[in-house]
Amino acid sequence: MNDIHQEDTQRTIERVARESYGRLVAYLSVHTHDIAAAEDALSEALMSALTNWPRDGVPQNPEAWLMTTARHTIIDLIRHHRVVAESEPTLQLLRENTMEPGFSTQFPDDLLKLLFVCAHPAIDATMHTPLMLQTVLGLDAARIAGAFLISPKTMGQRLVRAKTKIRSGGIQFEIPDRGDLPGRLDAVLEAIYAAFGIGWDDLVGVDQRGQDLAEEAIWLARVLVQSIPGEAEVLGLLALMLHCEARRAARRSHDGRYVPLSEQDPKLWSLSLIEEAEHHLATAAKLGRPGRFQLEAAIQSIHAERGRTGRIEWTAIVEFYEQLNRITPTLGRQAAYAAAVGETYGAEKGLAVLDAIDQDAVSTYQPYWAARAHFLQRLGRTSQASSAYDRAIGLAEDAAIREFLIRKRG
Amino acid sequence: MQFALLIYHSPEEFDMRKKDYGDPHLGAWRAYYKALVDAGVYVGSDALEVPEAATTVRLREGKRRVQDGPFAETKEQLAGFIVLELPSLDSALEWAARCPGASRGAVEIRPLAPEAKRRGFTG
Repeated sequence: MNDIHQEDTQRTIERVARESYGRLVAYLSVHTHDIAAAEDALSEALMSALTNWPRDGVPQNPEAWLMTTARHTIIDLIRHHRVVAESEPTLQLLRENTMEPGFSTQFPDDLLKLLFVCAHPAIDATMHTPLMLQTVLGLDAARIAGAFLISPKTMGQRLVRAKTKIRSGGIQFEIPDRGDLPGRLDAVLEAIYAAFGIGWDDLVGVDQRGQDLAEEAIWLARVLVQSIPGEAEVLGLLALMLHCEARRAARRSHDGRYVPLSEQDPKLWSLSLIEEAEHHLATAAKLGRPGRFQLEAAIQSIHAERGRTGRIEWTAIVEFYEQLNRITPTLGRQAAYAAAVGETYGAEKGLAVLDAIDQDAVSTYQPYWAARAHFLQRLGRTSQASSAYDRAIGLAEDAAIREFLIRKRG
Repeated sequence: MQFALLIYHSPEEFDMRKKDYGDPHLGAWRAYYKALVDAGVYVGSDALEVPEAATTVRLREGKRRVQDGPFAETKEQLAGFIVLELPSLDSALEWAARCPGASRGAVEIRPLAPEAKRRGFTG
């Protein structure tokens, strides 16, 4: 076989792995409750694909081939590790479930079940997103550790612990019934949004992998919109992420400088993504069940309006933040609220909102100091402003934001 | 517990030290130190001269060997250290990520070993 073919096969394997990973892990673990075994079996199947496909050609349905191979491995694994009587029903299920030909276009029920397992209330909330990133999107522990800024060894141990709990803790692979759904769904949405946030912050717009993660989060939200239609917050989350994603190209200047939202060139925004976001937000609004993601999407929608009207309706943004703070007043929202108040009613009022935030909580919270510096500078309190700028610069992690603040500090 | 952030610079980053006091690059370092002090985690720090100024000594089979330059010939060299009082490795990672040195070179985190010091080892 020649090199071009080899390369094609390699690329096909990578593509199938990327597109089907979560679905295959979901399918394999729904019956065994053993996510780690499902992942091991799947990586073994991918390894055999690497040796077999270049030699025998890529199978007609690559996903089905991987599934069958992984299922054999997992049956062997279970035989080796479990008492036969206990595992017999599972083995039976795995043998019976033969590969349906239309697998790849199937309603992704198993994937949904896996999402609910990852964000299960019995699993530590800080592990919801890491689990989702690994089991549904196939990211390795080292990459996830980087995103969460903890050591790869620690992240690996925490992931293993969480999977053990899923396997032996009686956590059911199921879609919660209508009564439990809202609470359980919230946890899933939070975890998806956290994944998006990582993709967003990850050396914004420069790092291709960061963008991938944001795209994967959007993909998951689209899957949710299709599989649980009529859920207002799911639509809200998708709208929120699409609005942010629409601005990706505008967030850095051509020479890599940070451009704040209010100074971005709307011509660089993606109109099609904004339209899609608006469509989902409107559908959500008709359901008459407001929530945090819809409110946040609504705020982003007002910013997007600037592309048409040339101005920002700050008063409306202030109102939306007030509603958000009534739901849960997080540090981030309070700081963003202060910024909106400052734009609407003047720097003095904005500063008053910042002063009301718990001072212990903000000592290392960078956005607070950036907003504070901005207001103080506008009020002409130069020395206080430059001290607050120093604090914001010192706490910044992103080099482009650091440079932006240094320029503003003067 | 105390952690040392060991800051590694590329040759280009060492060159930045020659910039004027008002240069934004140096401003970022000053702001970082200020944030550490304001957060109440700063214990101490120092900068090291460029690696060309280093001399390394070994004693092997009773013979003294002296070598010009640093212990290891790598592109990125130890440039300085900061000692911080922090509750956990997680918070040390957070402060290391904010360090201007992490954007270009690397920052290695090591817990201090007070027990080893008490028993008379190194430093």
